Amino acid sequence: MKAFAQLFLSLDETNKTNEKVRVIKDYLLSVSDEDKIQMLALFTGRKPKRPINSTQLKEWALELSQIPDWLFRESYEVVGDLAETLSLLLPESENQENKSLSTWIQEINKIRKLNDEFKKSWLLNSLQKMTRQEMFMFFKLLTGGFRVGVSQNLVVKALSEISNLDPATLTHRMMGNWEASTFSYQDLIAKEDGTSDISRPYPFFLAYPIQETSEKQKSVEELESELGKADDWQAEFKWDGIRAQLIKRADEIFIWSRGEELATEKFPELHPFMMYLPNGTVLDGEILAFKNEQPLPFNILQTRIGRKTLSKKILRENPVAFIAYDVMEFYGEDIRSKSQEARRKILEQIQSASPHQDKFRISEIIQTNDWNFLAQERERSRDLLAEGLMLKRKSATYQVGRKRGDWWKWKVDPLSVDAVMIYAQKGHGRRADLYTDYTFAVWDGDKLVPFAKAYSGLTDAEIRKVDHFVKRNTLEKFGPVRTVKAELVFEIGFEGINKSTRHKSGVALRFPRILRWRTDKKMEEADSLETLLQFLK
Amino acid sequence: MAKKPLLEFNQNGIYCAQGDFYIDPWRPVKDAVITHGHSDHAKWGHQKYLAHTLSREILYHRLGQISLETMDYGESRIKNGVKITFYPAGHIPGSAQIKVEYQGEIWVVSGDYKTEDDGICTPFEPVKCHSFISECTFGMPVYKWQPQAEVFKGINEWWQQKQNEGKTSVLAGYSLGKAQRILQNLDLNIGKVFTHGVIHNSNEALIRNGIELNPTTLITVLTTKEELKGNIVICPPSAIGTPWMRKMNPYSFGYCSGWMAIRGAKRRRAADRGFVLSDHADWDGLISAIKATECDTVYLTHGYTASFSRYLSEIGYDAREAKTLYGNEEENEAEEAKGENL
Ligand SMILES: [Zn+2]
Ligand SMILES: [Zn+2]
Repeated sequence: MKAFAQLFLSLDETNKTNEKVRVIKDYLLSVSDEDKIQMLALFTGRKPKRPINSTQLKEWALELSQIPDWLFRESYEVVGDLAETLSLLLPESENQENKSLSTWIQEINKIRKLNDEFKKSWLLNSLQKMTRQEMFMFFKLLTGGFRVGVSQNLVVKALSEISNLDPATLTHRMMGNWEASTFSYQDLIAKEDGTSDISRPYPFFLAYPIQETSEKQKSVEELESELGKADDWQAEFKWDGIRAQLIKRADEIFIWSRGEELATEKFPELHPFMMYLPNGTVLDGEILAFKNEQPLPFNILQTRIGRKTLSKKILRENPVAFIAYDVMEFYGEDIRSKSQEARRKILEQIQSASPHQDKFRISEIIQTNDWNFLAQERERSRDLLAEGLMLKRKSATYQVGRKRGDWWKWKVDPLSVDAVMIYAQKGHGRRADLYTDYTFAVWDGDKLVPFAKAYSGLTDAEIRKVDHFVKRNTLEKFGPVRTVKAELVFEIGFEGINKSTRHKSGVALRFPRILRWRTDKKMEEADSLETLLQFLK
Repeated sequence: MAKKPLLEFNQNGIYCAQGDFYIDPWRPVKDAVITHGHSDHAKWGHQKYLAHTLSREILYHRLGQISLETMDYGESRIKNGVKITFYPAGHIPGSAQIKVEYQGEIWVVSGDYKTEDDGICTPFEPVKCHSFISECTFGMPVYKWQPQAEVFKGINEWWQQKQNEGKTSVLAGYSLGKAQRILQNLDLNIGKVFTHGVIHNSNEALIRNGIELNPTTLITVLTTKEELKGNIVICPPSAIGTPWMRKMNPYSFGYCSGWMAIRGAKRRRAADRGFVLSDHADWDGLISAIKATECDTVYLTHGYTASFSRYLSEIGYDAREAKTLYGNEEENEAEEAKGENL
């Protein structure tokens, strides 16, 4: 595992994209195929199941460190990461043994089924054969807390340079339900796609925002000169729900959220219409809370997402529907290279054949050749509970990831980003006891850079929840400010943005406010500094 | 009647009533004995100073024309029957542990210290005593230092690599002690060493004090980007991110500090590379130093005083937390670096 530990260390030591890609390539070129696929699995969030619960893990490991439990707890507060704390507290051993990453993972999977006595002796034995850096990795694997600050794009880039396959193909092949034990490196880089994962989704095509601020709206003339005739564009409302991909293949159905999470069981009311789709159908759309032919606000949908089980009451009171935007696969054929217009025809055909059109809806097209009319329609968005308009070039293919040029989002609240809370401070007056003032950060490479402070915008119930989180997840205290474990994602709106050399992020926002708490988003899905900087243009 | 302790903590600093003097007082007093030249220990405004010979120039530089008497390690002064002796603390050049003795009772004030021999200051020497007043900046078991040779191997490799990439390396570390320790351990076959004004001033003071340092070049308005390219710059942490750094572009920024032992700390300082290098003792260093004094009572002045005193109590010491104003070297340094705007 030395090579893997070194990979992690090297990635930690640089924030330059090219350097990261080089380090990943170095790793991939120096280890066995088994270790390659294990690394890819770990880097795409596929971790082994926890073999030992963290209480036992901590208790047993601490026997080697000879420090009392309270001191462990205080150390953990200082460090803020269980795996790192343990690796810093244990003695480094003299006689090391370099087992490969895949050997370790095999062992981890094996001992999961054994009794405590075996687990403990395996653990203590293993820990006496590692460097500190290996111990850190080992504990990361055991605690299931493995998270690398490397985007999948970088991994794909490295892999693409090694395998000579194009990044889109690799991104696609790396999606879906696979694990290191069911997928091989050779399958991944084979010329022809040889796998048969029927759940595998396509990478989403994501729109770029049309850049404007509250004071500086684009005029119809500007739009015309930048985007051409309105007639070249398919305009629809941008709905405010959960972007999802619905798959029906070999008589099975799968629902994927944008965060690449399988959410099939969360939306049972969509199952009947999905079962009715022809085999080999993949749809892109938005899941919305929807009742009486009307979309409901986003937070109603949110109340459903967090739940383990869905009661009859919830299903009755907060039902959902799917609004289809696009179709990527039809009768088993990948049709992403067809034009928007052609795909839309197929989508209409599929939808009109469905006997469940109350649940399987289609995103209506705003038919016009007039930018003025689109601008007026956009103004209606808020009343309709939409976020604005989507503009899709009629000749465009369905692409991979966020690409400039063919898909634009033209939001009514144009200035907003999803950001991670990293510091919290207590409020004033009525809320003097609660943590209500937060500092938010966006990604810059694998680092979170703070860019805004905001305190208004949450409900009292939400504030209490966030306060509870802050108190339980404080990493450090500097005077009144607490450094909080980065985890919670919020959508931050603002009135304007300026360059600033005084701020670490390079920008200063005017009137930032919390638009809402995105409990549906993982911190990795927060926006990047690049997104913010683009608002400056 | 209970005997008055030989040393006590009052609102001005660590006070010896019998000898009527203070050690590292933070408010102006008549008679101050100073452990070392860092700004949280050597404050301005005392009528008389007693410090180690090698602290002389740095104290004049920082505090102006003070009334200063100096002595070497092993030398003593007697104040009203109280004997004061200096012993090496290994923290920075001129840093001293101060042994205070009266009628057979011995106290030692460590100031700041480290147990590893860094090659530029006289190595730490344990002093037997009844009561030991210790720092514990890194008094948590997660802090364990690597031998400095390994750390500097990493630093030199990093510099070489950045040079190959056509970049300037910028290393941040405290201006007094850390900066010189870095300077003396850089591999000068790789390139030249440039300094920020704050570091340059500390270097000059130490050189006037007879300490030999490797050659450096001060960065001035006239220094060009081309001159810096591929070379290394040593600056105080507070210079990072200021307009002063524009000339170094493209650069890689490394931070030398004990805090870098934890990944989160490195991230918060936005360093490209963190090098774990401290002039304070690590967990094992603190414990071995305390054991070596064979003391009964330990007072902890700054750092993780609560946790560390609890741990010491559990292993059999009479350990107490003391309220002091030490431990903000970094903030003071930020003050010093202000006004540097080349
Ligand atoms: Zn000091
Ligand atoms: Zn100090």
